[in-house]
Amino acid sequence: MGAALRVAGEALFFSSLFKGNKWTWIGGYAFHAAFLVVILRHLRYFLNPIPEPIALIQPLGIYAGLVLPATAAYLFIRRLIVDRTRYISSIVEDYVLLLLIISIALSGLLLKFVTRPDLINIKAYMLSLMLFRPTTIPLDPIFLIHLSLVLILLIYFPYSKLMHAGGIFFSPTRNQADNPREKRLIAPWAEIKEKQ
Amino acid sequence: MADIQIPEIKERIEIPNIKTGATADYKCYPASEAHMTKLGFPSKLVDNWKEKLIEKMAELLKKYRSLQVYLDICVKCGSCTDKCHYYLGTADPNNMPVARQELMRKIYRKYFTPTGKLLGKLVNAEELTEDTLKEWYTYFHQCSQCRRCSVFCPYGIDTAEISMAARELMDAIGMGQKYSNEIIAKVEETGNNLGIPGPALRSTLDFLEEDVKDTTGVDVKFPMDVVGAEVLLIAPSADFFSTPHVESLVGYAKVFHQAGISWTVSSYASEFANFGIFIGNYSHMQKIASRIREQALALKVKRIVVGECGHAWRVGYSFWNTLIGPFDFLDPKYPAPQHICELSYDLINRGALKLDKSANDEFTVTFHDSCNVARASRMGKKPGGQFEIPRALIKATCNKFVDMAEHTIKERTFCCGGGGGLLTDELMELRVKGAMPRVQALKEVIDSHNVNFLALICAICKAQFSKVLPYYKMPMEMVGGVHQLISKAIVLGAKE
Repeated sequence: MGAALRVAGEALFFSSLFKGNKWTWIGGYAFHAAFLVVILRHLRYFLNPIPEPIALIQPLGIYAGLVLPATAAYLFIRRLIVDRTRYISSIVEDYVLLLLIISIALSGLLLKFVTRPDLINIKAYMLSLMLFRPTTIPLDPIFLIHLSLVLILLIYFPYSKLMHAGGIFFSPTRNQADNPREKRLIAPWAEIKEKQ
Repeated sequence: MADIQIPEIKERIEIPNIKTGATADYKCYPASEAHMTKLGFPSKLVDNWKEKLIEKMAELLKKYRSLQVYLDICVKCGSCTDKCHYYLGTADPNNMPVARQELMRKIYRKYFTPTGKLLGKLVNAEELTEDTLKEWYTYFHQCSQCRRCSVFCPYGIDTAEISMAARELMDAIGMGQKYSNEIIAKVEETGNNLGIPGPALRSTLDFLEEDVKDTTGVDVKFPMDVVGAEVLLIAPSADFFSTPHVESLVGYAKVFHQAGISWTVSSYASEFANFGIFIGNYSHMQKIASRIREQALALKVKRIVVGECGHAWRVGYSFWNTLIGPFDFLDPKYPAPQHICELSYDLINRGALKLDKSANDEFTVTFHDSCNVARASRMGKKPGGQFEIPRALIKATCNKFVDMAEHTIKERTFCCGGGGGLLTDELMELRVKGAMPRVQALKEVIDSHNVNFLALICAICKAQFSKVLPYYKMPMEMVGGVHQLISKAIVLGAKE
């Protein structure tokens, strides 16, 4: 129970990061929260009819769309100017990844505020994709850029540090109960060794 | 002392700018061929070390979920970068926990991940070379495995786990460290880290009996190898032979005496310390610990109680049940090995000990949470007992106690600078610099409250501070054990 709360605290509030560095926490937390809201907002392109909660958060999603690139840029700059984080950052994993997310956000904002593509057409296409029976792709250039960048992100996701999203639930430092006295924990390979 | 640059103690702990290569030439002595062979490792660097290391790494990744997860999920947020005492003291960027992990992670990426194989340097993946190996040897022996960084990591990535794995890998290709491996060879052969034979131990205990008799007039016994004693006491061997450690041993004896608990030490299992953990080696940890189980059975004791030792309490609390359990032969009232602090705490709570606080009136005491007790184990039944119980004991034995700054105690405590197999003379400069954050916090309470006693429950901390505090112009005499305070305050023979 204690362990579950601990993991929940990390996943929902980034509690250890809060202890570690307030500036990173503020930027990181706002970034992740904005990302979540933006993703939820986009569900309206994949679901028909649009569920009530998703319809309700649409205006909030717009603000989140503005917060997302701003916080990503903040994290990018922080990474660059603090000598310790600059030392540990790698080109692709850290800088390119952040730039990719910033580009996705900016191309999305362009679609919202500048070019205004045919949303009905786009939604029809996304729904057809979900059924693995794609219709003709809408040929709006900004939309194509936005979608391609998202696909690149999704393809890269499982091979990158983005896996921290799931990995956090597997970290033994956080998800193990404090019960070694009560319970004899023995790894399968150690058990084999013991029987020999 | 002359050629070590002693860090200046400032108003508060400052985060230094990185100084690349600052500690690159700190080297600990390599293990001798004889010791390597004794431990079952290759005696010197094997010819096909590259393949061997990668092969062993694959094995460890499979065995330890922790290692695999920790290598995969770091996002380089930087939260840990200013948390390591060695980074704060030396400014070498490889002493930032994440950078230390990267030393292994870059090899892991190159040989075990698709992006690393494909993108190489762009994702910080690197070929294993002799230079890497040198870096590993240097910087994985600049980690005291104190786990402070893991407290601040959003993913709980534990650098200790990675440095243990690194040392295991280096041992597997014939690159061992002298200090740890020599001691492991010794304890496996003689039963204690110092290589003290039974008769020498007995004569030390005799001397202590006489000494206590002289100073208190009471016959406090220090029994050895007594079959049928209630308690088997497992103390770090430093408690028998080092100052100030021995003062705590006297404290344990007085507690047992006063509580009327029969006890014994064992000449066959006369060591609580378990350096197997420092080199990340399960088999050696098990081998070292197994003597204790054997002796508990042979001496037919009902309880096992352990002395003041930090990393060993981690092993005792977290791993003994796995390594040498189950302890189904012990008294069901005390089904797990207990810390001496737990035992004394229970006795005090039951009113079984009479303590005269004024006996310690010359002291204003502060308490240093030892890393392995604070962050890798527990005491008592409640979470945080490892912080509360030692403090409760100190407060029961003296009138003046003050804690150091909040961000330097309990789960955020700083390492003494000598743990994790680094308590060796050739690393003195590292040890002095690594002690800086703790010394800074200590100086604060010395200046504000005239603290003159640093209470500890770890044999390594005691040895390290005794050696290092004088570099900072603090007296080594201010270092002592929690049971040293009990020893002074306990009123013997006062039981009705």
